[in-house]
Amino acid sequence: MATLSIRDTLIQLLYLAAAILFVQGLRGLGAAKSARRGILYAEIGMLFAVIGTLLHNDIISYQWILIGLIAGSAIGTMMGLWIPMTKMPERIALSHAFGGIAVALVGIVEYIEHMDLMRESTLHITATGLEVGLGALTFTGSLMAFGKLQGVITGKPVTFPGQNASNGLLIAVTLGLIGYLIYSPDSAWAFYAIVVLGTVLGVSLVLPIGGADMPVVICLLNSYAGLAAAATGFALKNNVLIICGALDGGSGFLLGMMMSKAMNRSFTNVLFGAFGATPEAAAATAGGGPAPNVGTIDDSVEVLKSARSLIVIPGYGMAVSQAQHAVRDLAAALIAQGTSVRYAIHPVAGRMPGHMNVLLAEANVPYDQLYDLDLINDEFTTVDVALVVGANDVVNPAARNNKQSPIYGMPILNADLARSVIVLKRSLNPGFAGIENELFVRPNTMLVLGDAKRTILSFTAGLKAS
Amino acid sequence: MSESLLFGLYVFALAVFVGYQVISKVPHLLHTPLMSATNAISGISLVGSLVAAGGRYGRLSTLLGVVAVTAATINVVGGFLITDRMLRMFRKGPGAGSEPQH
Repeated sequence: MATLSIRDTLIQLLYLAAAILFVQGLRGLGAAKSARRGILYAEIGMLFAVIGTLLHNDIISYQWILIGLIAGSAIGTMMGLWIPMTKMPERIALSHAFGGIAVALVGIVEYIEHMDLMRESTLHITATGLEVGLGALTFTGSLMAFGKLQGVITGKPVTFPGQNASNGLLIAVTLGLIGYLIYSPDSAWAFYAIVVLGTVLGVSLVLPIGGADMPVVICLLNSYAGLAAAATGFALKNNVLIICGALDGGSGFLLGMMMSKAMNRSFTNVLFGAFGATPEAAAATAGGGPAPNVGTIDDSVEVLKSARSLIVIPGYGMAVSQAQHAVRDLAAALIAQGTSVRYAIHPVAGRMPGHMNVLLAEANVPYDQLYDLDLINDEFTTVDVALVVGANDVVNPAARNNKQSPIYGMPILNADLARSVIVLKRSLNPGFAGIENELFVRPNTMLVLGDAKRTILSFTAGLKAS
Repeated sequence: MSESLLFGLYVFALAVFVGYQVISKVPHLLHTPLMSATNAISGISLVGSLVAAGGRYGRLSTLLGVVAVTAATINVVGGFLITDRMLRMFRKGPGAGSEPQH
């Protein structure tokens, strides 16, 4: 390899420093104490990478760059400061879309401007093809996920016969086109067909996946965005892109695996299983069962008053009704009367990994009161009250004892083993995944219907009034 | 196989290993900040976008480059801001928020 010029050496050293800082930054996230310092490292790393790139010989004008940087910073700042914590899954989905489109556009520019390199190097054309395909897929796929989370698109899986076969065919054709480009790099139609097929795939791969499975989808899109960036790195021979792409791709994949495992399902089952497609059938079988025990606010306040220990189980319903602050106040009132309060966090509660932790942190709940599933599950047998706030599938005992249930085998929080259970629920309809929950009809369970936040506010008022 | 592909694969494979080691140590508690942080880091596609927007290219390429720079910058700036905003909220404390801090 040729010796680099002084300028190029400086650029490469800045990239190297950036890569090290990114890894250090992620390492900082290993503990809450060091996390903010870690993010600072990653920010410095990004600054180095940008400075290094701006020194690049190929850049001849800075005016358009500046416009993009200013526009992006303005939008990014607004999103960063004003998006509420409850909307975090939506924001993450949307930002994967931004990442996807950036990568796809870079690939298209590369194809338009560097045809000579495409003809010369098999690696260059292959990587660019993968880059635009994955980028386009991430873009539309993330928009679909965003639409599903936001409720613009139905959260139910949308399926048609032969879906997996046709998706498989689309993937095969896309890969075939990339192969074709290696032999005929000048076939622009094939290149742009990859972009189009990528956008179609993004839609058709995410549409059949139900809303409750969105955490896995978001992780996977994170992974795709990373792989697309890594492909860009291969095309541009840029190591910092390859490293960041690998870190991102690996992180998304790992989180996705963890989430699937927490649902006792395989990755492929989530992606191609169209989970929750038949809520009617499930509801029908349970139709003849015992009626749930619906209680009033006053009944619940009596139970809370005599409780010496309580575990809160938050779920997506807490995010929907923005009840996290109300929950914190209720906990404070309970602690004031001498009740011990802990929170049990299921790994798939909410719509993204760690969703509940962030919401409770926002409400000033100290994180040493939050317990992971395996740390708290044995405690339920000794606890007076389990308070379920808008959670459903993660406390469904069917996962333990009903082999027919689609969630059979999924690790659940043992809320049903508590002395009494109070479940806050918006209505008597089945949850997001469309599965009946036998916890709701148990004799030791009391169902309180209505908006979770309002119910909890009345609980607190009731406790304080006495 | 070209030398640069081989070299790139080395870098990629080693980075995947490092990433796996580092990320598997992140507790459940911080998984949302982790996603947000990797999202900000994925804004590294700025590196490609900046060259696309500022290179000696045609008008269409420059335009696409500017859009790419904008999109990547949104991720970098928004991603880091929001990650830090989240992490500021995580606190270990005595009592169950008995003194709400607003």
